[in-house]
Amino acid sequence: MAYVPLADQDDAHAMHDPESFVSKYIWSQDHKVIAIQYGSIAIMVGLVALVLSIMMRLQLGFPGLALLDPASYYQAVTMHGMIMVVYLLTALFLGGFGNYLIPLMCGTRDMVFPFLNMLSVWVFLLSVLILLASFFVPGGTAGAGWTLYAPQSITEGTPGSGNGMLLMIISLAVFIIAFTMGGLNYVTTILQARTRGLTLMRLPLSIWGIFVATILGLFAFPALLVSAIMLGFDLMLGTSFFIPAMLQMGEMNSQEGGSPILFQHLFWFFGHPEVYIVALPAFGLVSDILSCHARKNIFGYRMMVWAIIAIGGLSFLVWAHHMYVSGMNPYFGFFFATTTLIIAVPTAMKVYNWVLTLWEGNIRLNTPMLFAIGFIFTFIHGGLTGLFLGNVVIDVPLSDTYFVVAHFHMVMGVSPVLVLYAALYHWYPKITGRMFNETIGKVHFWCTFLGTYAIYLPMHYLGFLGVPRRYYEMGNTDFVPASAQALNANITLAAIFVATAQILFFVNVFWSLKNGKKSGGNPWGATTLEWQTPDTPPKHGNWGEELPSVYRWAYDYSVPGAPRDYIPQNEHGDFTADPGDEEHLVHPEDKEHAHGAPDTQEIPR
Amino acid sequence: MAIAVALLLLVVGSVIFHFASPWWFTDIASHWDNIDLTITITFWITGFVFIAVNLFMAWSIYRYRQKKDGKSEAIYEPENKKLEMGLSVFTTIGVAAMLAPGLFVWAQFISVPEDAQEVEALGSQWQWAFRYPGEDGELGTADVEHITDTNPWGVNPNDPTGQDDIVVKEPRMYLPLDVPARVSLRSRDVLHNFTVAQFRAKMDLIPGMATFMWLTPTRTGEFEVLCEEYCGLGHHIMRAEVVITEQDEFDAWLGEQPTFAETQSRPQGDPEAGQQSYTACASCHGQNGEGNQSMNAPRIAGLQPWYVERQLRYYQEGVRGTEDQIGQQMAAMANTVGSEEARRNVSAYVATLDAEPAEATMEQGDADRGFRIYRDNCAACHMKDGTGSWSTDAPSLVGMNDWYLARQLEMYRNGQRGEHPEDDYGYQMNSMVKAMRNDEQVAAVLSYLRTLQ
Repeated sequence: MAYVPLADQDDAHAMHDPESFVSKYIWSQDHKVIAIQYGSIAIMVGLVALVLSIMMRLQLGFPGLALLDPASYYQAVTMHGMIMVVYLLTALFLGGFGNYLIPLMCGTRDMVFPFLNMLSVWVFLLSVLILLASFFVPGGTAGAGWTLYAPQSITEGTPGSGNGMLLMIISLAVFIIAFTMGGLNYVTTILQARTRGLTLMRLPLSIWGIFVATILGLFAFPALLVSAIMLGFDLMLGTSFFIPAMLQMGEMNSQEGGSPILFQHLFWFFGHPEVYIVALPAFGLVSDILSCHARKNIFGYRMMVWAIIAIGGLSFLVWAHHMYVSGMNPYFGFFFATTTLIIAVPTAMKVYNWVLTLWEGNIRLNTPMLFAIGFIFTFIHGGLTGLFLGNVVIDVPLSDTYFVVAHFHMVMGVSPVLVLYAALYHWYPKITGRMFNETIGKVHFWCTFLGTYAIYLPMHYLGFLGVPRRYYEMGNTDFVPASAQALNANITLAAIFVATAQILFFVNVFWSLKNGKKSGGNPWGATTLEWQTPDTPPKHGNWGEELPSVYRWAYDYSVPGAPRDYIPQNEHGDFTADPGDEEHLVHPEDKEHAHGAPDTQEIPR
Repeated sequence: MAIAVALLLLVVGSVIFHFASPWWFTDIASHWDNIDLTITITFWITGFVFIAVNLFMAWSIYRYRQKKDGKSEAIYEPENKKLEMGLSVFTTIGVAAMLAPGLFVWAQFISVPEDAQEVEALGSQWQWAFRYPGEDGELGTADVEHITDTNPWGVNPNDPTGQDDIVVKEPRMYLPLDVPARVSLRSRDVLHNFTVAQFRAKMDLIPGMATFMWLTPTRTGEFEVLCEEYCGLGHHIMRAEVVITEQDEFDAWLGEQPTFAETQSRPQGDPEAGQQSYTACASCHGQNGEGNQSMNAPRIAGLQPWYVERQLRYYQEGVRGTEDQIGQQMAAMANTVGSEEARRNVSAYVATLDAEPAEATMEQGDADRGFRIYRDNCAACHMKDGTGSWSTDAPSLVGMNDWYLARQLEMYRNGQRGEHPEDDYGYQMNSMVKAMRNDEQVAAVLSYLRTLQ
């Protein structure tokens, strides 16, 4: 008998339901359990980063208190950045939502390689533990900024340049192994195991975003792996990949010939796609949430798909816009400014399409929708300030100031986090079978949305003024007025407020687990497959006896003449349309023709 | 509903914040008006998009929110090719309108005029030094391998073109008004960045290679040089000053600065002449400079002559010792060696005294912990072995009295020392002392220093 991958097996009895507690919840190969494990680990370590950010903000807002010494300040900066970018955002979007949604939205029983998937989460946990261990070694964590720029990061005298840096490098390498195991799985499952009728152009945008982001990760993380390994050699073996002849504490070092700029190129060859590894899943998830709660199809679906692909491709051609004032060949500026601004076009198209999805919709303003709308606002803001920094000559005065800090927090901090919350609230009923508390959810939204804007809008203006980032304290500087310090103090208060408000989320999640209303299978009236499972939360194998068949795209909301304002993807019926497929668009008046249409039309072309 | 109003208010609030904000670009002091112009163009275009898209979104939410009666309905419109095409074209035009001036100005930014005044800025953890071409109009070759205690610039001593280079070790550079300046940038150690906010230009310094930037100063005045590439714990205190003056004033200043050759043959003090003056010092500091705690006089044997000389000058000029009683006593005594020559001689004499390590008077701390604090915070200037260096302006700490060091740290902490504007690097100690936040940490560092004897 030919081998049929687990994900494609129609027959649920072939699945060996895990029985013991250990095989069900710990060594589980079920993508849903793995998703929750991935998500929980990421959120836990994210809380560490949140605490670090408050310590940093206290130092910046109230330098007189000197709550941190310079070394701890820079260590907090470094760990906050690395944890947020890699261990929280990347892991939660791809390991968390990727794992949960891919098999459900693609109509499969599980990932194609469930054992590899299980290894992925445990190796991820190992990488997190290695990273956290660096808090407890002599010298403490790495402290050269999350970019780990050589030679600073491994030069004696930098906090954590020995043990902390070594653990950071090992942890990143282990993380990349974990990501690769998970990533190969996501890509293969999406390409290989989609259920009957689910063509690529019928996939929900969540899957498109996760799919392209994973491909970016599979190409970009090796650059980080290479630079981390070479940096490790320079640190441990005294090689000179990145270290030139230079002074260290007044003495000549024994290395020569290395190139600090080479490290920056390698780092950003990973680092820029990394921005989109986080952003593309966010784009995808938010598209589905907006469409569902606006009760309207996502506007310009095909444009949205091509925009995701175009942004993903372009993201490999823009990395040196992080290096305009690094001293690299100045002629690079022309090329990278051009590619960077070109990327603004597909990105802007996505924003227009989100807003146009709201236009003439029937908008349900619940908690997930509020977070999604909040995302559009902060993403517009962060995207537009990116046009300043991408345009080489404007970057010169603003580079390494608080403008940069404000920009990237707005665009890849606040925006993806708002999407994460939107998504966590949106899929909470499917994951737990219960509704969350809507009132607490809304209060959480307002505190987070308004609070973060109060943090980051004024921060841009410190940047215009010229206040540099990564300063332990400003000290006396003529062009920085006392009012800037007062502003800094206020930003810190806003940050503490926002951080505190996050307690509401955890209260809501845990309280609703027991006390939330039973949600039923499809509380939002959503079209995508994950809401059509026979059980909620979905059981092992997801689909019971038979895999679903797909007959339509993912956005049949408010189809004229349909009995409900949504038609699930697996519903076989008259009201069907694939985007741009006008000849197959069946109008209610045209029922006769519809009845005559053979089923085979719905099979993948 | 509330979200539509909130979006409206956020847009209005952002615009108000923008116009009311006292925090904006500093008044420009270079010819890079074009950079400011590009920013203005970008600001208007992006500002328009920000307002238009958000207001449209707020309106859409308000207009198309689900009504309670359940009668509202969405339309079904998967695509609208015309609209999507129109928006792409519109966006592309907007992007091009920002990119074109940006690239145009960038072309200017990287094309240095031939007649530019050459100046070199050399960065190190956490100081600046400068170099100007001498009479031959050419900077001599330089490299980190030539750096010694007396040659912090790394000028190649065997290169004849470097001998007449004018070298500046104080954190202060001058530039003539309206003359294009090409600032060549080198680093002794890690990455740094040369930034003057009012110039709008900045560029990184990279060990192992030279980078550059250029500008034409358009306004006289004094401006701060900041490092804007993270360079270690003292990143925020790596400061210097750039002074823009008329050409003649610039020439006069440049004329006062030594050439490289001159710095390599500095006049030596005469210890015998200095011995005469030292009798006044001996009553407190002891015949052999061993110090006397009961007189609050530290050991001075073992200190570098340039440091002793400078401290005497600081005491005389009121840069040091005005804020504390003990310092005031010393200031009075410093007047007994009033001339530069007298200071140099007595310092030379002090350098001849045998330096015995001072005895420990304070309780021992955790030396291992002290080592880590010292390595990360102090060693970049005071050197790994605590001997200090002229090139980093740092005195030797080896064998110094623990009670004296503890008191100095305390004075730096509360601003009794180091805050005078003429004290070039005192402000650095005012900040770095925060690396030792309590008595325990101070004791740890002092215990570590004791191991260096």
